[in-house]
Amino acid sequence: MHSFGYRANALLTFAVTILALMCAMASFSDNLSHPSPSSSVQVLNVNWFQKQPNGNDEVSLTLNISADLQSLFTWNTKQVFVFLAAEYETPKNSLNQISLWDGIIASKEHAKFWTHTSNKYRFIDQGSNLRGKEFNLTLHWHVMPKTGKMFADKLVMSGYHLPKEYR
Amino acid sequence: MIFIFHIFLHTHPSEEAKKKKKMEWIREGVDSIKSIQLRQTLSQAVNLGLILTSALIIWKGLICITGSESPVVVVLSESMEPGFQRGDILFLHMSKDPLRAGEIVVFNVDGRDIPIVHRVIKVHERQDTGEVYILTKGDNNPKDDRVLYAQGQRWVQRYHVMGRAVGFLPYVGWMTIIMTEKPIIKYIIIGALGLLVITSKD
Repeated sequence: MHSFGYRANALLTFAVTILALMCAMASFSDNLSHPSPSSSVQVLNVNWFQKQPNGNDEVSLTLNISADLQSLFTWNTKQVFVFLAAEYETPKNSLNQISLWDGIIASKEHAKFWTHTSNKYRFIDQGSNLRGKEFNLTLHWHVMPKTGKMFADKLVMSGYHLPKEYR
Repeated sequence: MIFIFHIFLHTHPSEEAKKKKKMEWIREGVDSIKSIQLRQTLSQAVNLGLILTSALIIWKGLICITGSESPVVVVLSESMEPGFQRGDILFLHMSKDPLRAGEIVVFNVDGRDIPIVHRVIKVHERQDTGEVYILTKGDNNPKDDRVLYAQGQRWVQRYHVMGRAVGFLPYVGWMTIIMTEKPIIKYIIIGALGLLVITSKD
């Protein structure tokens, strides 16, 4: 009852239980913070807008993305993955989400940023529906914790239009 | 009665008496072995069985609750760094909610036996059937996952997806990685555990 084996077993079980409890509490503490992020995006230029040989429309944009995501960071935050998606509807598809740009914010200091960039990922439609298309630019963020539950949210910015003609 | 019996044995050892004595001795020996060793072995076997089946119940229960055939996975590659490192474990959940951009999904590709854990970057959802066509990419990879898909496959669909990553614990998965990459360690641990079970006093 008091051998080394029993004592080691009891100690190990207790240590693992306490560790698991601490991880759960750390994760729970994330629920107590109420973030208030803000963002704005401008489409500075439509670089080109073509129909590909396979029949799909493709457009290249230059964007100015600025955001303040500092309120998302808690002591249990490892990094925030942020991306900007163009979201629109077509006759064939009820929803299309195309990620145009993404970035990883590793610390609170870098969470207030702006970037002047062309789209990192190609904006290609399934079909030829983009002429004159009205679309939303939604900034999504995914918070990856040091331990525990991951959570995500987004900010929808609407009112963007693509040109009526190819160029 | 016994006194008389003993006197009978010691003073008149007949053929019948000798046989009876031998039978008794044999029966006593068998009884003693049976009572101690069999009971102990049986109770040890039942204990082991209880431990194994309760582990199985917990595992199957998790599969039911999370709706995913593999509720816990270990991160094996560096394609999602710095968020997920090799050796971290991910908790998966598969709800009926539609797949959306930004979610981290675990999916199978025909011809590959290890599932891939990457982020959804493009979603096209059909008006009529609600079927969804998604493109994935690892955060740390320069290009999207099309090169990893099966020959001729350009999109991942819902039936490929095993679950969404909803939670994460760092470092805990290293045991699994070590046991997979150096199987000798797995055999040593199982052997040691087996020895412990057999030699434990209760």
